[in-house]
Amino acid sequence: MNVLASIRIALRALRINKLRSALTMLGIIIGVAAVITMIAVGSGAQSRIEEQIKGLGTNLIILMPGSSTSGGVRMGAGSRNTLTEEDGYAIQRDVPAVQASAPTLRGTGQVVGGSGNWSTVFYGVTPEYFEARNWVIAQGKGFDAADIAGSTKVALLGDTVARNLFGDTDPVGQVIRIRKVPFTVIGTLDKKGQSLMGQDQDDVILMPISTARNRVLGQGAGRQRTVGSVSIKIRDDEDMKEAEAQIRELMRQRHRIQQDREDDFTLRNLSEVLATREESSRIMGLLLAAVASVSLLVGGIGIMNIMLVSVTERTREIGLRMAVGARGRDILTQFLVEAITLALIGGLLGIALGVGGSLAIGRFVGWPVQLGIEPVVLAVGFAAAIGIFFGFYPARKASRLLPIEALRYE
Amino acid sequence: MSTPLITTHDLAKSYALGGFTVQALRGVSVEINAGEFVAVMGPSGSGKSTFMNLLGCLDTPSSGEYLLAGDRVSGLDSDALASIRNRRIGFVFQSFNLLPRTSALENIALPLLYCGVAGEERNRRATARLAEVGLADRGHHHPAQLSGGQQQRVAIARALVNDPVLILADEPTGALDTQTSCEVMALLQQLNAQGMTVVLVTHEHDIAGFAKRVITFRDGRVVEDHVVEQPKDAAALALQLRAEQIGDEVRSDGVRA
Repeated sequence: MNVLASIRIALRALRINKLRSALTMLGIIIGVAAVITMIAVGSGAQSRIEEQIKGLGTNLIILMPGSSTSGGVRMGAGSRNTLTEEDGYAIQRDVPAVQASAPTLRGTGQVVGGSGNWSTVFYGVTPEYFEARNWVIAQGKGFDAADIAGSTKVALLGDTVARNLFGDTDPVGQVIRIRKVPFTVIGTLDKKGQSLMGQDQDDVILMPISTARNRVLGQGAGRQRTVGSVSIKIRDDEDMKEAEAQIRELMRQRHRIQQDREDDFTLRNLSEVLATREESSRIMGLLLAAVASVSLLVGGIGIMNIMLVSVTERTREIGLRMAVGARGRDILTQFLVEAITLALIGGLLGIALGVGGSLAIGRFVGWPVQLGIEPVVLAVGFAAAIGIFFGFYPARKASRLLPIEALRYE
Repeated sequence: MSTPLITTHDLAKSYALGGFTVQALRGVSVEINAGEFVAVMGPSGSGKSTFMNLLGCLDTPSSGEYLLAGDRVSGLDSDALASIRNRRIGFVFQSFNLLPRTSALENIALPLLYCGVAGEERNRRATARLAEVGLADRGHHHPAQLSGGQQQRVAIARALVNDPVLILADEPTGALDTQTSCEVMALLQQLNAQGMTVVLVTHEHDIAGFAKRVITFRDGRVVEDHVVEQPKDAAALALQLRAEQIGDEVRSDGVRA
């Protein structure tokens, strides 16, 4: 007896008990749909984090000033102005593992330009900053060493700032005032979206570090050129831990910190933080999928239950089939195919429901969802496996009936 | 005559039933030749059904031997028995045992499904058999749409479809009225006339009267085995019954008119 004939017999048997077949399938439908939806939600969350990692830049270390102590009270990180622009340049120069090191000054202020005004954050940076933080220039151009040397009043606008000031018109070439200082917009930045903490990373203006210091923040020339932080990107093929140790060593030397004293700066490996977040979201996704697959298991038990009932109900049919020449394995195949068919049809409907459900969650709840081919294949495979696993026992029971007893069964 | 089609030697069967051992068959030795039409008779509990099940390879004997066309059957495994049931024996049951919600043609083709005959060929052979039992136009009817007599004829077509050497009929007329019983018996007689060996289990003397030989069982043993000198002609009897029925209808119509 070939498989096609078995499938036809199975479909006929399932049609005879439509409601029962449908209810049995429901377990599998819900299970498969739950697995697909959970995986979609889980991998959606994961891919959002991956995007954030991409936006932040890979292999990123942030160097910040250390804490200060005032009358026994320790202030938080960054409360001392121990970090200088020169530290940033020295790291670039003396640590070979460093790809880009960008000292950064931060300020806030009211910006006027175009048809509106907007309060935002501006950063005084060096050209290395773009590389270190993965900023891509969308329109116009960036600034170079000459702009740093000349404290040129040029600025690049983040997407949010550009939209708030200029709407849909092109801001490049326009003049804006930052804290009343006129600047020429020379470019706009590509969108980055939200940061890990939910901050809008596009609400930003970048300008040469010297311009920020001399023209906007108004720190005098003679003073030590302190900075708020240094963004350091490590080369792909270098070990992060080792690079971090080298930077620490260099900084201790530069700040003349003695052996037994604490660092006066803080090094933060942001990529590591993100990697941890990614890992935890991956585990969360796995957990969700595991919980969902429990419902698949329950669905499978439903199939087994119904198949057992079916075998009992159709004992006479089994007897007749045996009387006209069906062997044990023919009967086994018949009931196994029936269980698999039940599971597979349920699986396919479950996929439809799961995909639909995922899209609905993405649209109406607003969670990021990501549908892949793998969970679908996995779900179908799982459904078929459930059919085989839970169908086997009833099918074997049927195949072991004695023909004469099956025929006489009332 | 060379080897008998069926030879049983001291065939016995006992069941364990609730702690007791029931001796259903206590040593039966019978020979049936090809082309015979045998009726197996006896009251219920006489062992005739058990004997039938053993002949049909639906059950295995506790002891004794059974040879079908010279081949030893006792001691074969279940797959080999299934193959014998499939290719060499055709069954006709009292309750027809057709698959519900399945067309007559598919019911007839069922044995072919289990010996690997392709779909086209299955259909061709089933159609031919259906025509032989006079139901050529009912191929796509489901059992529920057929009368009892028609269902039994479909069952006979199914028994014949794989060209068996033996037809085993277990009370084939038990669920039918006299007229239809005669028609079914006529069909079996016709098959026997064409050379088919038929073994029939019945407890009705009328039905046994259509066979050429009657073996009577009692308490698990053969108590009588005789040849029927002049078997009744079922076809003629069916015609006669029909004529009477039509006569009755004409008369009652006349009365009503």
